[in-house]
Amino acid sequence: MNALGWLRSAGRRRPAGSAGSRRNVLPIWPALGIVVAVGWIAVTIDGGSFLTSSNLTNVLQRSVALGIVAVGQTVAILAGSLDLSVAYLISLSSLVAAETMDGRESMLVPAIAVTLALGAGVGLVNGLVITKLRVNAFIATLGTALILKGYLADNYSRPAGEVTERWESFGYTRMGPVPVSVFLFAGVALVVGFLLRRTRWGYHVYAVGGDEQVSALSGLRTHRVVIGAHVLCSVTAALTGLFLASRLGSGTPRVGTDGGYDLESIAAVVLGGTALVGGKGRVNGTVAAVLVLAVLDNVFNQLEVDPFLKQALRGVVIIAAVALYARRRLAARDEATAAPPVDAAGPVGPGTGAAGTPEVATA
Amino acid sequence: MSTTTVDVPEAGAEAGEVVPVPSAGRRVWAALGRTAPVFAVLAVLLVWISIENPNFTDPPVFLSFLKRAAPLAVLAAGQYLVIVAGEFDLSVGSLVTVTVVVAAEVLADHPDGTVRAMATVLALGAVVGLANGLITTRLRVPSFITTLGMLLILEGAVDYWTDGAPKGALSEDFRALGRGGIDDVPWLEQLPWSVVVLAAVAVAAVLLMRSDFGKRLIAVGDNDRAAALSGVSVARTRTIAFVLSGLAAALAGILLGGFAGVSAQVGDGLEFEAITAVVLGGVVLGGGRGSVVAAVAGALTLEALFTLLNLLGLAAALQDAVEGLIIIAAVAFAAFRLRPDR
Repeated sequence: MNALGWLRSAGRRRPAGSAGSRRNVLPIWPALGIVVAVGWIAVTIDGGSFLTSSNLTNVLQRSVALGIVAVGQTVAILAGSLDLSVAYLISLSSLVAAETMDGRESMLVPAIAVTLALGAGVGLVNGLVITKLRVNAFIATLGTALILKGYLADNYSRPAGEVTERWESFGYTRMGPVPVSVFLFAGVALVVGFLLRRTRWGYHVYAVGGDEQVSALSGLRTHRVVIGAHVLCSVTAALTGLFLASRLGSGTPRVGTDGGYDLESIAAVVLGGTALVGGKGRVNGTVAAVLVLAVLDNVFNQLEVDPFLKQALRGVVIIAAVALYARRRLAARDEATAAPPVDAAGPVGPGTGAAGTPEVATA
Repeated sequence: MSTTTVDVPEAGAEAGEVVPVPSAGRRVWAALGRTAPVFAVLAVLLVWISIENPNFTDPPVFLSFLKRAAPLAVLAAGQYLVIVAGEFDLSVGSLVTVTVVVAAEVLADHPDGTVRAMATVLALGAVVGLANGLITTRLRVPSFITTLGMLLILEGAVDYWTDGAPKGALSEDFRALGRGGIDDVPWLEQLPWSVVVLAAVAVAAVLLMRSDFGKRLIAVGDNDRAAALSGVSVARTRTIAFVLSGLAAALAGILLGGFAGVSAQVGDGLEFEAITAVVLGGVVLGGGRGSVVAAVAGALTLEALFTLLNLLGLAAALQDAVEGLIIIAAVAFAAFRLRPDR
């Protein structure tokens, strides 16, 4: 807790001038460029084709499911929390959606509404347990995950339900070369990005994630902010479940866990430059990170890397990327050491409450 | 920070003198107050189990319960060290799997190499722990991400190496530690080796936590900056905690491999069970609080809960749900007791 607090205050002390140049482009975007370039060269040498529209479309399509839920996870992590229950919620959402639709076109809209409501409900429970019962977010959402897991295992052993034809076509239709589902991903990212960077609620998320006590002392209703972040996160998980149901044609009890969406989404958020302790980061970083993971996946597939080796390589990439971030942060802190460390970290001061949000303020 | 290392015992002793020390009786009472809930819950569960199954109080039956619980309890003791120092270790479940698979490979080449196999996997556990510790402390990667990445690496490596289906078997000698025991012990019939190992680990952990190192560990978890300013090498202390957690995972793997045999799924989900056990013991995530005995008791509580749910005939599927509810309830209870928060 204190280790985290220390890092946070170090980040806050960063002088505005040195950070200004970094603010516009997160380092993950150049990284994405490098990954694409290296992947293109490697695949081309190997005799495959990478920069074709069908392959790029494939990459985009493959990034939708993780992308949507990772955007939601970004909000939870920015608010100083995290959500380990999304994988089981995705499975359950796919089942609830497919069973409610049951192939009937008339039930399409109600099914979507029910699924999103389920997501909101689970997020509400997560948020309430974390704020009102003061359970650590890790344990609270792990508990929720186990509850959902038990429910799924008790009620479903195989795929169930059937999505409507219209909903199934949603997962496969394209507008020009671009799959429609990619617009869903883009839409979610834009809406959440807007909420975080242009609304009061978004500023509150950064403030609470930056320092909950200071936010509370400054008069924010911190509980509401955290609950809202969890509702949003779980709704994105439900959306991912809906999307996967569309792709698979039915609901599947293992689709969320097989995809590893719980830990993968957290990894994507951190890869995208969001601090795991909250209060610092942006949605577009997460989007870039998801694309990096999708490109890597695609390149490894084309090079016919063993799937198990692929997983191990992904672990290496995640650790290495986050280590690079940490280096940047250390460098930034060294620049700032001119400031007297103890005084500047005073917990309650006129500037501190707002200081949690500078990342967004000028972005 | 690392250059100001003062690794001499004086640092710990000095800190001890500055802080006013409450009387021994009050300290014991306070410690009991913090950890009593887990022992109360454990006692209730054990009594309940023995009502459902009167045989449970027979020494052999009870010992077999302890035998089943031993791997998780060893893991919990290792995880405790990391958590109390303010970090996480999500890699222990996959490390257990690696241990079992590697041991089987070593034994396939050297059928009589029990000692060699055990030494190999313990060394492997220590190396993985060292890597976790160095990446976390030197490269400043949050331990959640470090050990998550390590989990992916270890799982991928094991599956890559074995093509997803580990071959080979563990020798009888190797498995003895997990399922054998000292025969013909009066009254007990057989004293399982794993219970002996568990007791040894628990005693070692308690002695460790009473040593200067244990005090440094708690100081680092409670406030790493204050610990660093008073001369503790934060990075080294945390790294050692990760190494010990890796060793504990390898040991748990040896026990579990002996108990359950070789499979690529043997360690699945154990990392969350271990963290749950530690948290059930009242150890606060974020570090600086809780006792290792309570963490081990947390593991026994979790295992007792599984046993009871089995006895009550609850569908295996629903056991997860009950476990989830109980973790949340236990931590919520602890949160109310620990108010006001820091």
